[in-house]
Order: sequence, then structure tokens, then C-alpha cells
Amino acid sequence: MSDMANEPTTTPTEGGRRDFLKYLLGGSIIAWLAAVLYPVLAYLKPPKQGEVEVTSVKAGPVTGFAKDSGTIIRFGDKPIILIRTTSGEFRAFSATCTHLDCTVQFRKDMELIWCACHNGKYDLTGRNISGPPPRPLTPYRVVIQGEDVFISKNA
Amino acid sequence: MKPLLKKLYHWVDERVNLEDLVQFLGKKYVPVHSHSVWYYFGGVSLFLFVIQVVTGILLLLYYKGSEELAFESIQFIMAKVQFGWLIRSIHSWTANLFILAAFIHMFSVYFTKAYRKPREVTWLTGMLMFFLALGFGFSGYLLPWNELAFFATKVGTDIAGAVPLIGKPIMVFLRGGDDVTGATLSRMFGFHVAIFPGIFAVLLGVHLLLVQRQGMSEPLGEANSADPEGKKMPFFPNFLLRDLLLWLLVLNVLAILAVLFPWELGQKADPFSSAPAGIKPEWYFLFMFQTLKYIPAQVAFVDGEVLGILTFGLAGLLWTFVPFWDRRSSRGQQGRLVNYIGIFVVMFIIVLTILGWLA
Repeated sequence: MSDMANEPTTTPTEGGRRDFLKYLLGGSIIAWLAAVLYPVLAYLKPPKQGEVEVTSVKAGPVTGFAKDSGTIIRFGDKPIILIRTTSGEFRAFSATCTHLDCTVQFRKDMELIWCACHNGKYDLTGRNISGPPPRPLTPYRVVIQGEDVFISKNA
Repeated sequence: MKPLLKKLYHWVDERVNLEDLVQFLGKKYVPVHSHSVWYYFGGVSLFLFVIQVVTGILLLLYYKGSEELAFESIQFIMAKVQFGWLIRSIHSWTANLFILAAFIHMFSVYFTKAYRKPREVTWLTGMLMFFLALGFGFSGYLLPWNELAFFATKVGTDIAGAVPLIGKPIMVFLRGGDDVTGATLSRMFGFHVAIFPGIFAVLLGVHLLLVQRQGMSEPLGEANSADPEGKKMPFFPNFLLRDLLLWLLVLNVLAILAVLFPWELGQKADPFSSAPAGIKPEWYFLFMFQTLKYIPAQVAFVDGEVLGILTFGLAGLLWTFVPFWDRRSSRGQQGRLVNYIGIFVVMFIIVLTILGWLA
């Protein structure tokens, strides 16, 4: 403060020069940090894999699925559960539990789709009926062509 | 032999002045009182951590961290490598005992209020190491790439994904993609053997330095006793010898567990199979797992799992910062509230762990 009072004429330019250098230095440090951190942070983010979009898979021959059973079918990189009811009807749902990502299974004794991780239960239409799952299982379309069962995405 | 040792001592002393250090150690005392037994659990945790480092390095010589080879490489370690089964079993058992010892150490520090001023930073570094220990457990659990670990990792990372806003990027970061795949295994491997040990080493260094510098904390009631000098025991050699004896006992317990109950490997993970019945996380995550089961899917428009994770997160944060909100003990006063909270937390963890175990 006393310096400013003694040298009122030189202070504005000196202060301006000092401020300019301060901002230049500060700005350079920020720019340098950004130049270092950005590539590192970008590196941490895994790249999207160019995967083939699967719209339909062949699950197998009709005779390969017993009545009153459930099977996990690979649909691209996702698991699907294919249910054959006691009446012989086929139904397919995403096998990924809507709660915390576990893979569900068919329980013959309960006539339910069940998730072992947190005791989540869905009925055979995929509706969440008990336990923590917040949403029903996503249904898939089942088409029988000749002797084979095909599963496809619901358009 | 003796003159040679003396010569060596002088050689080092001439260069780095050991005399100060020896004097410091000679003057170091450990308070003796009715709660002194709890002082040993920090040392036990340290000992178990050292075992983890040694056995972990040994396992690294044969382990292969990839989706195709991880399970087989552990089979190889257990079946072909001489004493491989022993090293792996010790590593798995020690992981559990380490977390148990850290739990006991943490709760004993909490109840004796040893975190109070001036030891806030010691407590904070300890808590960070405790969370890292859980991280070590979580990341190491996936490395054998077996069925249980696969689904445990799916659930664990999905829980992280449930956190509002930042959850999804964290989940993708942890998994190395949208799903648990070989990329997740690579990441967990990196966390487990490089990132976590690096951070842990720094925290441990600060933690131990502070313990040496500040000495042992005395519980509030004991410090207020009539005798201001109090009973104490020299750290070197009295306390250290007791430490060593206990470490020997722990090592024996460990050997018995590792030999009589060798750690199982289970089934190789198959991303296209259902989660097996009876799936459970490691016991130290069981109380949280069990709590999630009881929270309904929706609680007043909030997803149950979101509510659960936010509650646990908040509780963990409050717990970590106890030196800063428990003002009474910093002033040297007994605070009952902190004790009641601690007792509630211990009871909650014990009861839900047992329920989870029985379920």
C-alpha cells in the first residue's frame, strides 16, 4: 500500500505488467495441465467396440427344448432366456435382471423366472412380481420356422 | 560376528547419523491400561498386509490376467506348481483375516476415540486404507475369473452405476466397457497389483510416520486418571517382542486355515449361464448385500438400490469424518452419542452379516 502511495505514476503500468505476466503464467499452467490431463482422462474411457448388430438368432430345433424348461441363449453379447411353458408355448426375454445385472434362470419348482443374486422374481410373462427388480424383463419375439426356433428383437 | 555388526553399524552411522533414531526408539513408550490390548491390531493388520505383498508377488510369477487364461493359470498354480496351492490359499485367507483385523483396528480406534485431535490425519489415512482394502478384496476376487466372482463383479459394478449422475461413467470406467468382460479383468488386475498398492504404500507411510511421531493415543478415561505419569512400557524391545509373538500366533492360525481349508477355485465364469443359486459376496460385503435385499424396488419414487447405495455412501462419509464432527472428545470430554452410533453400526453389521449368511 505504501509503495503505491509513494509512486502513484509508475504503479498502474507496473501493476498491469505484473498482472499480465501473472495471467500469462497462470493461463499457461492451466493450458499445460489440460494438455496433460485430457489425453489421460480420454485414455481411461474404453473405446466403443465395433460390434455387429444382432437382430435375430437361431436358438435351435423345437425338439431341443423340453416343455416346462428355460434355456439361456446367446444373443450377440447379451444373454436371452428362452422359456417353453407347460403348454409348449415359447417365450423369450432378456436374461439380464433389471435389478443389478445378474443373469436370471427358470425355476421349475416355482414356475417363475428367478434371479439368484437378490431373490428377484418374475412371472412367465417377464413381469417383476417380487423382490428388488424395478422393471419387467424386456421381451423378445420368438418365431418358429419349420423345425427351428428363432429369436429376434421386438421391432 | 559381533565386531562385524558393530563395524557395519558405525559405517552406516557415520553416513546417516543413526544415533538420533536409536535415541528416539529408546525413548518411545506404549501406555499400559485396561484397553492396551487393542494396540496390537494395527500391528497385526500391518503384518497381514506384508504377507499379502509377499504372496501376491509370488502369485504374479505364474498368474495370467486374461479372460482365456486366468482361470487355467490358477488351476496350474494349484495343481502343478510346487506349493502353489499353499501360496494361493494363504493369499486368499490372509485377505480375509486382513480385513477382519482392519475392522477390529478401526472399531477399537473409534471406541477409544483415538481419532480425536491431534490424530485426525492418522484416522483419515487409516480409513482410506480401509476402503482400499475393500477395493483390494473386490478387485482380487475377480482375478480367478470364476462364476461367483463374475456375478459378484457384475453386481458390485452395477451398484456403482446406480449412483445418480456420476454412476454410469464410473461403472464403464470400472468395467472397461458396458459389460463385465475380459476388459474388466484387465482393469481389476491393474488396480489390484499396481494402482492400489501404490496408493496404499503412500498412505501406510504417512500413517506409520504419524503413529511414530505422535505416539500411542490414550483412551479419554485412562488419560484422566489420578496418576499423571501413568503406567507405560518401552516400545523397544518390550512391546515389539509382544507384537512379534502375536504375529507368530497369527501366522500359525493362517497356516492351519490355509492347509486344512484350502481356498476353492469353483467353476470357470461363463457369461452365458445363469447366476448360480446361493451366490453371495465375500463376508465383508454381506451386510450391504443383505440390506439391499430388504429395500423395496421403489421407495417414494426413488429406486431402492439408489436409496441403499446413497445411504451407505453417506454413512461411510460421516464415519470417515468423525474426528471433525465429534467435538466433545477433542475437548477431552466423553460423548455418549458417538458410542451409541458405534454400537448401532457394529450391531447392524453383525446382525445383517448373520442374516446374509443364513439366507
